[in-house]
Amino acid sequence: MATPPSAAEIVARFEIRHGRFLDAKGRALCPLPDFARDPRELVALYRAMVLARSFDAKAIALQRTGRLGTYSSALGQEAVAVGIAGAMRAEDVLLPSFREHGAQLLRGVSLYELFLFWGGDERGSDFKGPREDFPICVPVGTHAPHAAGVALAFKLRHQARVAVCVIGDGATSKGDVAEAFNVAGVWRLPVVYVVNNNGWAISVPRDRQTAAETLAQKAIAAGFEGEQVDGNDVIAVREAMSRALEKARAGGGPSLIEAITYRLGDHTTADDASRYRTDSEVSARWAEDPIARLRSHLLAEGAWSKEEEERLLADSAAAIEEALERYLATPPQGPETMFDFTYEALPKDLLEQRAAALSAPGESRGPPATER
Amino acid sequence: MASEVLMPALSPTSEGKIARWMKNEGESARAGNALADAEAQEALASPAERPQAGESRMMTVREALRDAMAEEMRRDPTVFLLGEEVGEYQGAYKVSQGLLQEFGEGRVVDTPITEQGFAGLGVGAAFAGLKPIVEFMTFNFAMQAIDQIVNSAAKTHYMSGGRMRCPIVFRGPNGIAARVAAQHSQCYASWYAHCPGLAVLAPYTGADHKGLLKSAIRDPNPVIFLEHELVYGESFSVPLDPEFLVPIGKARIAREGKDVTIAAFSRMVKLAVEAAEDLEKAGISAEIIDLRSLRPLDLETISASVKKTSRLLSVEEGWPFAGIGAEIAASVMEACFDWLDAPVKRVCGKDIPLPYAANLERLAVPQVEDIVKAAREVAYR
Repeated sequence: MATPPSAAEIVARFEIRHGRFLDAKGRALCPLPDFARDPRELVALYRAMVLARSFDAKAIALQRTGRLGTYSSALGQEAVAVGIAGAMRAEDVLLPSFREHGAQLLRGVSLYELFLFWGGDERGSDFKGPREDFPICVPVGTHAPHAAGVALAFKLRHQARVAVCVIGDGATSKGDVAEAFNVAGVWRLPVVYVVNNNGWAISVPRDRQTAAETLAQKAIAAGFEGEQVDGNDVIAVREAMSRALEKARAGGGPSLIEAITYRLGDHTTADDASRYRTDSEVSARWAEDPIARLRSHLLAEGAWSKEEEERLLADSAAAIEEALERYLATPPQGPETMFDFTYEALPKDLLEQRAAALSAPGESRGPPATER
Repeated sequence: MASEVLMPALSPTSEGKIARWMKNEGESARAGNALADAEAQEALASPAERPQAGESRMMTVREALRDAMAEEMRRDPTVFLLGEEVGEYQGAYKVSQGLLQEFGEGRVVDTPITEQGFAGLGVGAAFAGLKPIVEFMTFNFAMQAIDQIVNSAAKTHYMSGGRMRCPIVFRGPNGIAARVAAQHSQCYASWYAHCPGLAVLAPYTGADHKGLLKSAIRDPNPVIFLEHELVYGESFSVPLDPEFLVPIGKARIAREGKDVTIAAFSRMVKLAVEAAEDLEKAGISAEIIDLRSLRPLDLETISASVKKTSRLLSVEEGWPFAGIGAEIAASVMEACFDWLDAPVKRVCGKDIPLPYAANLERLAVPQVEDIVKAAREVAYR
């Protein structure tokens, strides 16, 4: 629009900050926040990222051999999930999307439960650890209003707890996400929304998703703060999360954190990203690998060693192998289980269907894998 | 000669209080002079005046719904109401009168215009342990939110391996209102009844509105509660006992008969009863089943009636294709085909977007004469 001819005043302005602490080589760009000066804290985050990546590799191999359903890897995005969970308190509630197993593991979901979930067994979402955390949300962004609802429940009960909802860059174009932001803003709900912006919504690049310069600024329209962080810098993610969580806990309302990262792998095992993006683009992005970045930093600080690295990889592999064996040895759910949680108590017609399923001839217990 | 001057009705459901006399005794007053300032006062029974078991009062469906919510909100602090215009405005159809005043804005929550937002927010709050009552201004607007209702509310108990429950009620007017055109006038009964994980209720009488809404609020599953704009103002005798509940999944015999069974729900029960009176004059005795609950459907009551009359007519405002009548016809054929002496017949709304024009609207919506005609056809008389 051309400048209006009237005596127009500027009535609103906004700016979006992009935060980072480590450069791509792991060098500190500024003084680090307190937690990051304690090597034990950083090593814990590092371990969580490595475990998440090891799980991804095993899960993809299992899917390729028919022992797991469709799987969405978080390769290259580990710092986002781990930075989020690293900042949360146990009593907060996580509403993950489908690339946040790094956060789920850190919050106490087991490797075994993750295998169950991705194998198509609903018991994988009945996890024993964080009982109030939400199951993985596979539909895009539909859990954004749920997070506002959880936050409303905290507010009505006067609890100093925060709901944390992770969505992808594609989800920010959806109406339910915009409506959730709007209500969270109007009622100043204790919720933190994180956009795990990996640059691609399956084959749609970020610049085809929205003409907005940043996704963080979508918070501004809803009346709360939004900021960007380098999503491959786990220190930056964790630090921004801590500030947002503290603000929400103190009654300051919602925040939006846009974590800029890159999807080094395919969208899921059902996708072949080489059909729509070049190898050279992907290999250039490996230079920003969040795990190598933190490892370089820890090595330079003398807080990590080659021996510890080898032991961590071996320990991760062993833990995954143990969980895998238990998963493969778990008998699949019986036919009755597909009815049992449809209602709290089953109506007559479902009881009849359940009985018929149990007595069906040739009812056998197939392999644990189910193709989704 | 002295004559009585009556207090005017300040609103359909409120009583009034004299705030200030503007004329004294002996002072002269002409027609049109103000005699007093009167304030509207909600006719809500206070919780202290707990009625005795068995006591009833004539009230509108609108009041019965309000009382159901108020009683359940007094009983359970996790129950709260949210939706557009439910608080300050007292409900777009004045169903939530007095609730904001009694329970405050923490529990009677006015939302922005955001059906998908507040339905999803309600679902999230239910997962987190609250019991939301989500009011849709009408179910036409719930189409924006149907993803949250079907994909999140109805499926998460199953998809979380039984860990997460969704005790929520989605309620509001459904069906065909008067002169509001195609986009604001349609029946969603079969849309929701199609989905496992949901209970779907569509009562007609005041007692059923109250007793079923209370059961819905206490139910651990998500419940769709379909009301009707043209029924809100009807009056019925309604039990006052705060423990009065109507069970979900049970139909009601609204009128006994022996020649033909007519299954209907919501406002169509009223038309079916009127039709039965006309049929009586023609010597046909109609049994009316008020379904009340569409999912679960009380097939036992329907079948028992069909075994008595051998003839069945289903009446609904909605479209015929894959409608409630289609489900009833198929279920009855499976359950008691051998008892039927005639094909099951359906009276439905016309299979078109509802016209706004009054003459066409009347033709598109089932009328008493349509029910009488169809009942005679199914009775071969």
